[in-house]
Amino acid sequence: MFEISNLSVNYGGIEAVRDISFSVPDGSIVTLIGANGAGKSTTLRTIAGLVKPRSGRIVFNGEDITGKDPAYIVGKGITLVPEGRRIFPDLTVLENLKIGAYLRTGSIEDDIEWVYRLFPRLRERSWQFGGTLSGGEQQMLAVGRALMSRPKLIMMDEPSLGLAPLVVRDIFSIIKKINEEGVTILLIEQNANMALQVADTGYVMETGVITLSGKGSDLISDEGVRKAYLGG
Amino acid sequence: MDREKRNHLIRLFVAIAAVYIFITILEFTLRPTSIVFTVLRKGAIYSLVAVSMNLLNGFTGLFSLGQAGFMLLGAYTYAILTMPLSVKQSERVYKYYDCIVQFDTGVFIGLIAAGLVAAFFAFLIGLPVLRLKSDYLAIATLGFAEIIRAIFQWDVLGPLTNGANLLREFKDLSRITIPFTDIPFPPTLFVFIVVGISILLIVLLINSSYGRAFKAIRDDETAAEAMGINLFRHKELSFVISSFFAGISGALLAMFQYTVQAQQFRTVLTYEILLIVVIGGIGSISGSCIASFLYIALSEWWLRGLDMGTFLGIEAPDLFRSGFRRLVFSVIIMVIVLFFSRGIMGDKELSYERFRNGIRRLVPGRRAR
Repeated sequence: MFEISNLSVNYGGIEAVRDISFSVPDGSIVTLIGANGAGKSTTLRTIAGLVKPRSGRIVFNGEDITGKDPAYIVGKGITLVPEGRRIFPDLTVLENLKIGAYLRTGSIEDDIEWVYRLFPRLRERSWQFGGTLSGGEQQMLAVGRALMSRPKLIMMDEPSLGLAPLVVRDIFSIIKKINEEGVTILLIEQNANMALQVADTGYVMETGVITLSGKGSDLISDEGVRKAYLGG
Repeated sequence: MDREKRNHLIRLFVAIAAVYIFITILEFTLRPTSIVFTVLRKGAIYSLVAVSMNLLNGFTGLFSLGQAGFMLLGAYTYAILTMPLSVKQSERVYKYYDCIVQFDTGVFIGLIAAGLVAAFFAFLIGLPVLRLKSDYLAIATLGFAEIIRAIFQWDVLGPLTNGANLLREFKDLSRITIPFTDIPFPPTLFVFIVVGISILLIVLLINSSYGRAFKAIRDDETAAEAMGINLFRHKELSFVISSFFAGISGALLAMFQYTVQAQQFRTVLTYEILLIVVIGGIGSISGSCIASFLYIALSEWWLRGLDMGTFLGIEAPDLFRSGFRRLVFSVIIMVIVLFFSRGIMGDKELSYERFRNGIRRLVPGRRAR
């Protein structure tokens, strides 16, 4: 169980996140949706330890991980797939994956095999440099790289950003598949329609606060959400 | 795949063995004062410091300009430690001061200590400086190197550093012997062995998981951090290791020059190294090595005639006189930077396949197979 209570974060001189609380039950898919600048990315970056919060608590499996180093948090089983993929362009696909397992000791062969089974495309491209992959392949690599740390909770920051609609569908089916393999998922998206379709629970964020929450399927049919985020 | 890898390793081993055999043969056939030895020794020493700089600039993405400072630390450490006690107690070197280091060590300990002292200072300097980014890091490290040079010339440190005076009569290349014997060690071979081992260690580091983390930091700091790589610790590690080998190359430079003086380790030295790294290709170990030998051969040997009145058989004492070499050299460098902006090797390494393909392209008739 992952829980955030009363989290506030200052980022770039403004109060980007104000007193938000939500929880992610084990094995579920939870999504935060909202417009640009709502504070979604800041929330994820804070959980990952890249940004320090001003106040509030982040608790994972009973342990308070508020304000810990990124390395500690990855070690605890929470991994971020950063916005805009951010794969390492001058490392090969395989090296990118190995970096994902950097903090782990022991054999990682089985995990590489697991990722290659999830993303057969990456196996074909194993020796290619990350920078030469297409956008969709790079997103697969970013997800695969995060999986290499054997996360219990994987956080994805706009995985559909800048991808063709068909590729977005692929990515979302992969998200569901990963979830079925037992990984809890916290997803933030501007593509609210897709996100709410796969999510168990959804939270709507506006200018730093959570304004609405509910089951994914309920939010899709909610009048306010439809107007604001689903274009109709 | 594995077979290919093994073949690759065998070829590499054979190539390296060939270089060492060639050096040994040269040692026993050429005149000891031949210019070839100067080029080989200095080229090898510059290779090591260029590779160490490449580890930092090319593989970790830290733009540091402190190389001359760390070389100075290594050179002084080595010279002070290996200078025989009798020389320290006489007035031959420490004329105006009483040397406070009342012992001497062997070559091996001297070299290791040279690296360790440089590494230790790198560790201390790294604590504040590595929190800076790109240009600021370069400025801070450049400033450090200049400060170190000034401190080593400081009168108060005279009993340790001999002030602004020369250090000499330490275990330089003419005074080293094969262990447990009195037979002189072939000097060029010695330089190549030390440089070879050092570069091998750096290559092993770059190909380890640490090396991968360095490259990840170079490619994208935020993503590397998100993967759980501790940025500061890895930058510090890279900086300390790079400085360790810069220290060793400083010690070798001292051995090669027979004397040490803080004056020699000006910022110009760092720029020379930076130039070699850029010409060789940022991120290419073999590129750095090739570029240093080329650079040294050009500046010390092939273009010498431009300063001496005769070049390529043309005698023109009025044109080819002192300083003209520098002019030509600058033009060559400009041409390289303009037309080979990624350096000789880019970020790739020299390999048999690359070499073979290059030859095939040059000789169109032999493309069969």
